Amino acid sequence: MTKTLTRKAGLLGAVALGTLMAAPAFAAEHASASACLITKTDTNPFFVKMREGAAAKAEELGVELNTYAGKIDGDNETQVAAIETCIANGANGIMLTPSDPAGIADTVQQARDAGILVIALDTPLDPIDAADMTFATDNYKAGVLIGQWAAGQLGEAAADAKIGLLNINISQPTVGVLRNQGFLEGFGIDLGDPNKWGDETDPRIVGHDVSDGATDGGRRGMENLLAIDPEINVVYTINEPAAAGAYEAIAAMGREDDVLIVSVDGGCPGVDNVEAGVIGATSQQYPLLMASLGVEAIAKFAETGEKPEATEGKNFFDTGVGLVTDNPVEGVESISVAEGKELCWG
Amino acid sequence: MEPILKGRGLVKRYGKVTALDRCDFDLYPGEILAVIGDNGAGKSSLIKALSGAVIPDEGEIHLEGKPINFASPIEARDAGIETVYQTLAMSPALSIADNMFMGREIRKPGIAGKIFRKLDKAAMEKFARQKLSDLGLMTIQNINQAVETLSGGQRQGVAVARAAAFGSKVIILDEPTAALGVKESRKVLELIKDVKARGMPIVLISHNMPHVFEIADRIHVHRLGKRLCVIDPKQYSMNDAVAFMTGAKVPDEAQAA
Amino acid sequence: MSSQTTTDNDYESASAGASSDVASFEPHRKGFVGHFHDMLHTTPALVPLIVLVGAIIVFGLLLGSKFFSPFALTLILQQVQIVGVLAAAQSLVILTAGIDLSVGALAVLSSVLMGQFTFRYGIPPAIAVALGLTVGTAIGALNGWLVSRVKLPPFIVTLGMWQIVLAANYLFSRNETIRSQEIKAEAPFLQFLGIKFQLAGATLTLGVLLMLGLILGLAYALRATAWGRHVYAVGDDPEAAKLAGVNVHRTIMSVYMLVGFICALAGWVMIGRFGSVTPSASTGMMGNIQSITAVVIGGISLFGGRGSILGAFFGALIVGVFELGLRMAGADPQWTYLLIGVLIIGAVTVDQWIRKVSA
Repeated sequence: MTKTLTRKAGLLGAVALGTLMAAPAFAAEHASASACLITKTDTNPFFVKMREGAAAKAEELGVELNTYAGKIDGDNETQVAAIETCIANGANGIMLTPSDPAGIADTVQQARDAGILVIALDTPLDPIDAADMTFATDNYKAGVLIGQWAAGQLGEAAADAKIGLLNINISQPTVGVLRNQGFLEGFGIDLGDPNKWGDETDPRIVGHDVSDGATDGGRRGMENLLAIDPEINVVYTINEPAAAGAYEAIAAMGREDDVLIVSVDGGCPGVDNVEAGVIGATSQQYPLLMASLGVEAIAKFAETGEKPEATEGKNFFDTGVGLVTDNPVEGVESISVAEGKELCWG
Repeated sequence: MEPILKGRGLVKRYGKVTALDRCDFDLYPGEILAVIGDNGAGKSSLIKALSGAVIPDEGEIHLEGKPINFASPIEARDAGIETVYQTLAMSPALSIADNMFMGREIRKPGIAGKIFRKLDKAAMEKFARQKLSDLGLMTIQNINQAVETLSGGQRQGVAVARAAAFGSKVIILDEPTAALGVKESRKVLELIKDVKARGMPIVLISHNMPHVFEIADRIHVHRLGKRLCVIDPKQYSMNDAVAFMTGAKVPDEAQAA
Repeated sequence: MSSQTTTDNDYESASAGASSDVASFEPHRKGFVGHFHDMLHTTPALVPLIVLVGAIIVFGLLLGSKFFSPFALTLILQQVQIVGVLAAAQSLVILTAGIDLSVGALAVLSSVLMGQFTFRYGIPPAIAVALGLTVGTAIGALNGWLVSRVKLPPFIVTLGMWQIVLAANYLFSRNETIRSQEIKAEAPFLQFLGIKFQLAGATLTLGVLLMLGLILGLAYALRATAWGRHVYAVGDDPEAAKLAGVNVHRTIMSVYMLVGFICALAGWVMIGRFGSVTPSASTGMMGNIQSITAVVIGGISLFGGRGSILGAFFGALIVGVFELGLRMAGADPQWTYLLIGVLIIGAVTVDQWIRKVSA
């Protein structure tokens, strides 16, 4: 416990330091390169970690960094305005987690026309080649891992599983589709159209609901699903806050020991929840790495004009994913909770 | 002499309440007729029926001998009956000129007015200034100042001037001095006399007995939804009038309507 | 009135002998504050204009030529074009002492209708746009009818309509975004208002020109036509306006229908600005608050009948200048919201002061 506290305090210090360094941005006018980081919001710890990683790397390389964020998840307009600001500011590169991957493509093109390197972080644009490169977790793989793990845990019972899925929101953003469909694939369910959820015909699926990726939304969505079928025993969640909300709803029915919850993200509270048995397993992604690699790529681009390359066999740069659980399943690679805690964010 | 505005057997009911109960009414050319009555006697229903604000259930109204049926205050206005409401019906944030022409604005001639519907502000301001100075209200310096910057008496003055400017046949004044101080009331009474001097017949509704007895030629006493009697202010005292109104005294057969 | 009044009457006996002096009609107080107060009373758009110019100067000094360039300054116009158009619509409603919470949702629905009519049903884009504008006007008419005839409070009517329109938008669009590339290839007319032209480093779009034309046109109509005067009179005191001969119902209907039409125009502007058609555009959720913010900062009274539409335009620009300026300075975006909050409260305080005419 003491150890955790110390580490958290250290982390807090790092965050504060990062913020301090990022704030007086126009003091660093003479930096060799300048970069923008545009996240969906500036409150989600995932994006806070991203900013932290970007700020640390920018400081190390002497890159000027400006950070922007939408007001709410899905706020395309503010992101468009932020890109325009970066163009006006003459930035070398933009890192973007798009709220509306298809909607923002035109504005991204304007930035690329102005000679700016655009890197999509975490969420690919639609189409994916609208950005120069995407630095992301392989969300599909993240989904597949928790799907396989869940199927492995159930064993024989997987054939009669009752599955509830808590997605992000009704606009079906790419990341949500990839995780959802990856999970179903990993569990062994026929996907139908892999570009959307909700068209599967497998009777094991009780239903899809949305959570807005938040605890309150997760609880509400879970309650809806339980209303459809109170016997649900496998729950996929878009992220760990949604999983925590789902757990509350399930615990309220006294079924917390019969239901397997899986999730994606690997935030520290999420990993803590894996340890506590709230979440069975979660696929951990590495936002800090995404952002610091992004800053590196922009610095290199400003210097040499060279653009980053995709991971072999994929159309994006894979920043890796790890399945965190203390109940490993044979044939599914995983790391322990202790290891997950070392690498977690938020 | 034929009344310019005549009502016969007017009835208005609101649910079970009968506000007008076969009421008669006569206004003669060139006179000031005061209408007095206790609260709830049906004065305002009578006035609203005459000004088109309510449609009577039964009875007839004649203007210059011709039967009329107003569906709205706008129709009554178009027929030449102008009403100055107790609330004055003015928009405080708009200018004096805007208010005087509200609902009957003048448009510019030619394309500007026809296609772009541009108002002829100059003409409207000139007319408004003219009407105000006719009534001796030209101490109001700026015709474009907002009505809310005027004192209560000035507002009343503008409202009366608006009625006098457009009312061709009859002007109805509802409690014109109720909200005013002594001096401002005096000014407004002078204004009313001025308007009368131009030959305009006026219906004056008021609770203020001294004001009524000062300027009215005849007094219509309203009681229980109908005309109780019409009295001559020179032959009766205010106490008599109040006694009739409240039912403390019954008028002679001669005066009873 | 002598013989009667000498008897024991109790009506204003004091006034009977009062002087018959004319009431004093002298002009009210002057002095610098008085003059300034009068000026604000007659020209309410002055305060936001001063704040706008001040903000541009401050950011110009702070950021130098990066901000004070034709590119950045016209960028502000592009960034406020949607809110600017919505604020024009919102101004009209608020001048009638109403409020419209459905403006943003209506804009998004209209853009979706224009897009889906073209792509799903193969209707020629020009007709699809006309249909979108028609539906917008019709929804506005429904709002107006509920407010004017059914006598429901505008807040309630449009709160409901906001949700209805937003839900209809998601249902009808099936949450599908129509991509910019497809629109460009198959129905470029939908992006008509996004057409750009350069002018000495400044970038203008047809959408920006539409916004400017709309604001000026409405400013003219409100100031110089009978309809405009009636809008003010209805907002100031509907009962008085009615008695003075204004057709209140027709005025309110015309305002809400025009507002619906303008919101649909804003939807078309959105397609021009973002290239794509997105049912989940945040304008649907926040367009109402953004437009009300612009209107309030612009000095239009929420109680109706006071203020000018130019003020609302300046209000939208002020927000745009703050957002771009603070972003370019690399400040935390929360500072923008904080300052906008201060501006809103400041603007309403000034409004209250202006309304106190007889102080």
